[in-house]
Amino acid sequence: MSRPKNAIVRYTLANRVNHWITAICFVLLVLSGLSMFHPMLFFLSGLFGGGQWTRAVHPWIGVVLLVSYLGLIVQFWRENLLNRDDAAWMKSIDAVIVNDEEHTPPVGRNNAGQKLVFWSMTLLIPVLFFSGLTLWEVYFGSATSIPVQRAAALIHSLAALAAIIIWIVHVYAAIWVRHSVRAMTQGYVTPGWAWRHHRKWLLELAQHGKQDGAIVSTRKPRT
Amino acid sequence: MSELQSQDYVRISATTMTPPMARSHEDQVAKLIDVSRCIGCKACQSACMEWNDLRPEIGHFEGSYENPADLGPSVWTLMKFAEHENEQGNLEWLIRKDGCMHCEDPGCLKACPAPGAIVQYANGIVDFISDKCIGCGYCVKGCPFNIPRISKQDHKSYKCTLCSDRVSVGLEPACVKACPTGAIMFGAKTDMQQQAQLRIVELKTRGFENAGLYDPQEVGGTHVMYVLHHADKPSLYSGLPDKPRISATVDLWKGFIKPLGLAGIALAALAGFFHWISAGPNEVTEEDEAEGERVLREGEEKLS
Repeated sequence: MSRPKNAIVRYTLANRVNHWITAICFVLLVLSGLSMFHPMLFFLSGLFGGGQWTRAVHPWIGVVLLVSYLGLIVQFWRENLLNRDDAAWMKSIDAVIVNDEEHTPPVGRNNAGQKLVFWSMTLLIPVLFFSGLTLWEVYFGSATSIPVQRAAALIHSLAALAAIIIWIVHVYAAIWVRHSVRAMTQGYVTPGWAWRHHRKWLLELAQHGKQDGAIVSTRKPRT
Repeated sequence: MSELQSQDYVRISATTMTPPMARSHEDQVAKLIDVSRCIGCKACQSACMEWNDLRPEIGHFEGSYENPADLGPSVWTLMKFAEHENEQGNLEWLIRKDGCMHCEDPGCLKACPAPGAIVQYANGIVDFISDKCIGCGYCVKGCPFNIPRISKQDHKSYKCTLCSDRVSVGLEPACVKACPTGAIMFGAKTDMQQQAQLRIVELKTRGFENAGLYDPQEVGGTHVMYVLHHADKPSLYSGLPDKPRISATVDLWKGFIKPLGLAGIALAALAGFFHWISAGPNEVTEEDEAEGERVLREGEEKLS
């Protein structure tokens, strides 16, 4: 991969592969799930080979997503722990929204918005998984009582709607904050990007240099 | 049924359109099951298997007259036997022919996500159109009577059709034809209600003060009705629901959450789009790059 000399690694190959497996599963789940949610979207089931196939394949994709997201939790939980910067960042959300970087407090590797996406999904995905299990007619159709399944269906659809809206915010934020997508596809950001969006992270990197090999880039320190 | 052009639908599952209902000038039909005249012979069960070509797997003796043990993909009607000790201390054997009640407001149809997989004809019969069924099991959750069963072989949901194929050519359902005591009757719903009233009067003279018709209004009435000697306690009859209604959870799930959810998703996407054309992308400037470079350079100098 050709990277500029001063590139900073933001996401390792393992991070990225794990993220995109999750992303592909999520998109497939949204398409198949929505087709069974609203009649106007039933046509989406055609993408999966029809209604029977959609019904059959949706839970299996869910299983892959859960496993994949567990991987993301293992890789990312530490850097998503909340700290004081997050409160300050949230308080100046007005400035964040209008790209007013002057009045946005500096943050570390992740800002509060990113952490919110991470923790929301960490909550919602297991909820979706377990409510989904009770609805998995083929294997678990008689494992729970019908009232439990009714409640699970309601919870599953509400959790899915919440997850979809959070996912839209996540995707839009990646497009809005330019070159964030490149961080997750090619893995690197420029020093300017880090300075603008994650200043404390950049300062930390500069301070520790190559100490943490996983963080710092292909950039060769001058000796 | 689905291969014939039907223009007498009053309800179709999973559609936002009005179903073709031009030919709706039809009498509402009903099956009336007079529990007080049933002798538990299971001729109706046999007739149902015979007409519909159903052969459930042979099971085990479970210590009950009920056989098979439960409704199933190929058991569309089942005699249920309950022993009840009345106030005088006498045994009453309450035998009820269980199966789809053909609700006027069908919970299965409301819950179904597959367009056209569940329909209701103008005569009131609720029918499953198997080639459109996706096997999700939502109808099971929608049903207040616990009737539909999903086949593990073909992943389709099945239940009593009220012999819609027979009724559409002017015949009565197979179970009605087979009943030797006349406990099962079929005809226009108003006629059946009248018939029931005659029977209820007679039952009252015989001491069944609470005799009555089971035609629960919570689901808009049903197209299968019972004459019960204890209409005040339907649950005596092997758990016939006292007040069957589509669960509030299902109403919520299949009610306003559907349009509201889609609106929420669309709104989130639109909010993103309008943010893009108002606030615009957040671009890294040349000054940012210079600052970033400076920080890294200084850091390295300090380290080396």
